[in-house]
Amino acid sequence: MASPGGIAVVGASLGGLRAAEQLRAAGWERAITVYGDEPHLPYNRPPLSKEVLAGEAPAATTALRHRPSIADVEWRLGTAVESADLAARTLTLADGSVHAYEGLVAATGVRPRRLPLPGGPPRHVVRTLEDAAALRAELAEGVRVLVIGSGFIGCEVAATARRAGCEVTVVAPETEPMMLAVGERLGRVLRRRHEARGVRFRMGRLVSQHAADYVALDDGSECGADVVVEAVGSLPNVEWLGASAGVDLTDGILCDAQLRIGGLAHAVAVGDVARFPNPRYGALARRVEHWSMPADCAKHAARVLVAGLSGDGAASPHDATPFAPLPSFWSDQVDVRVQSFGLPGVGDGVRLLGGDPDSEDGDVVYGYYLGERMIGVVALGGARAVGMAGRYRAELMALPEAEPSSRSGV
Amino acid sequence: MLKVTVDLDVCQDHGQCVFAAPEVFTLDEDGHLAYVESPDEALRADAEDAADVCPLQAIRVEG
Ligand SMILES: Cc1cc2nc3c(=O)[nH]c(=O)nc-3n(C[C@H](O)[C@H](O)[C@H](O)COP(=O)(O)OP(=O)(O)OC[C@H]3O[C@@H](n4cnc5c(N)ncnc54)[C@H](O)[C@@H]3O)c2cc1C
Repeated sequence: MASPGGIAVVGASLGGLRAAEQLRAAGWERAITVYGDEPHLPYNRPPLSKEVLAGEAPAATTALRHRPSIADVEWRLGTAVESADLAARTLTLADGSVHAYEGLVAATGVRPRRLPLPGGPPRHVVRTLEDAAALRAELAEGVRVLVIGSGFIGCEVAATARRAGCEVTVVAPETEPMMLAVGERLGRVLRRRHEARGVRFRMGRLVSQHAADYVALDDGSECGADVVVEAVGSLPNVEWLGASAGVDLTDGILCDAQLRIGGLAHAVAVGDVARFPNPRYGALARRVEHWSMPADCAKHAARVLVAGLSGDGAASPHDATPFAPLPSFWSDQVDVRVQSFGLPGVGDGVRLLGGDPDSEDGDVVYGYYLGERMIGVVALGGARAVGMAGRYRAELMALPEAEPSSRSGV
Repeated sequence: MLKVTVDLDVCQDHGQCVFAAPEVFTLDEDGHLAYVESPDEALRADAEDAADVCPLQAIRVEG
């Protein structure tokens, strides 16, 4: 049976929550229904690899607060959206029911990529509350934990497991941890800090085989492991849009500069699943898996959607305002905190702006440049380092000189 | 009137608010958070953005 319509938000996590709030802020007064396959109301994922995994935060503290404006939103939890028909504007749920909508927000995020290696020690990922609880049950003094992948989740899990008394080894193909996000120099500083706290690294290596109580690496060596954690990136949850013709679903949902899906006035995407161009960093559309992004996306996408649904989409002032968020992320690796503003990973030069990279503690701030233009700053350490980074805000916020071609369509 | 409050017992100095709303929130040389409790109405959107990006949900914007 079809329900009356309104706006359907698919994905009931940070992006879905912020979208609902921002739809109300943008003046949408009619129905909003949020569909989610997890049984929970939106919760905060960052603590899952930190406080929750360490057993320091009761799961309840991960609940995300809701603005009063969305008290009347309907939450349809515990059932996946199987498919969408963007032309007919309907959703089909796993239970077979069909739901009509006027406007759609896609906020389905990502899921962990898994390695195609069968067998081996118990293998974990960390994306959901249940994942974190299952891994936490394994962490104890002396347990050998092998973390595959040295991105921010891998490094956080390694640090948390080490503090729980585990023997921790990180295996990854890059030369330094967090390299894709913050580059080699800061990656090296990070690795040294982790090593000083007892985490071992096998960088430049791939896992080639899982056995009962060890993992074989591609150089023929073996690494004893009681527990394996796979932190090897993610796959966007796009399959439910698969049958909708004309939408590019390669690595997320391709959106235009206004976060619209396939140029439609009645469908937008937000958060980890959205791939969109950011005029700060050229024309290339990217996904950004940072916690701050769902909020930034939701604010823009909600206005665009509400304007689109009220029929004045073309005249919307937001068409003239490109969506140009300043990405930022933080990562807590026990007592080492990384704070990033901008998109350091796309830079071609790095400069030390302050601090001593050779110390095992203390604040360090690096600037990332594309030619002479600063495009990122990363602070390692506490609030002082962030304060230092804050001095570069104006530089990071400045848009590059617009190229004539990118102006024409606006 | 616009009123901003931060629960400093909860705050963990992520500084996301400083980047979102530098005219409302600042971190001084020693890393102490300072903020304007009754910012100008013109800063409402910035203050709300800051509340949204606080990982600890420590910021409240009322009024
Ligand atoms: C362990 C961990 C630690 C993190 N730590 C940090 C950090 O320190 N700093 C930082 O900046 N970022 C961090 N992040 C990233 C941050 O949490 C994400 O960027 C954020 O959660 C993205 O929100 P989202 O709503 O776009 O996607 P998600 O949170 O992935 O939510 C998508 C939701 O949609 C649901 N869904 C998917 N498909 C369907 C379907 N077909 N039907 C219905 N529902 C569906 C999913 O189950 C999920 O509930 C961390 C992430 C993880 C997993």
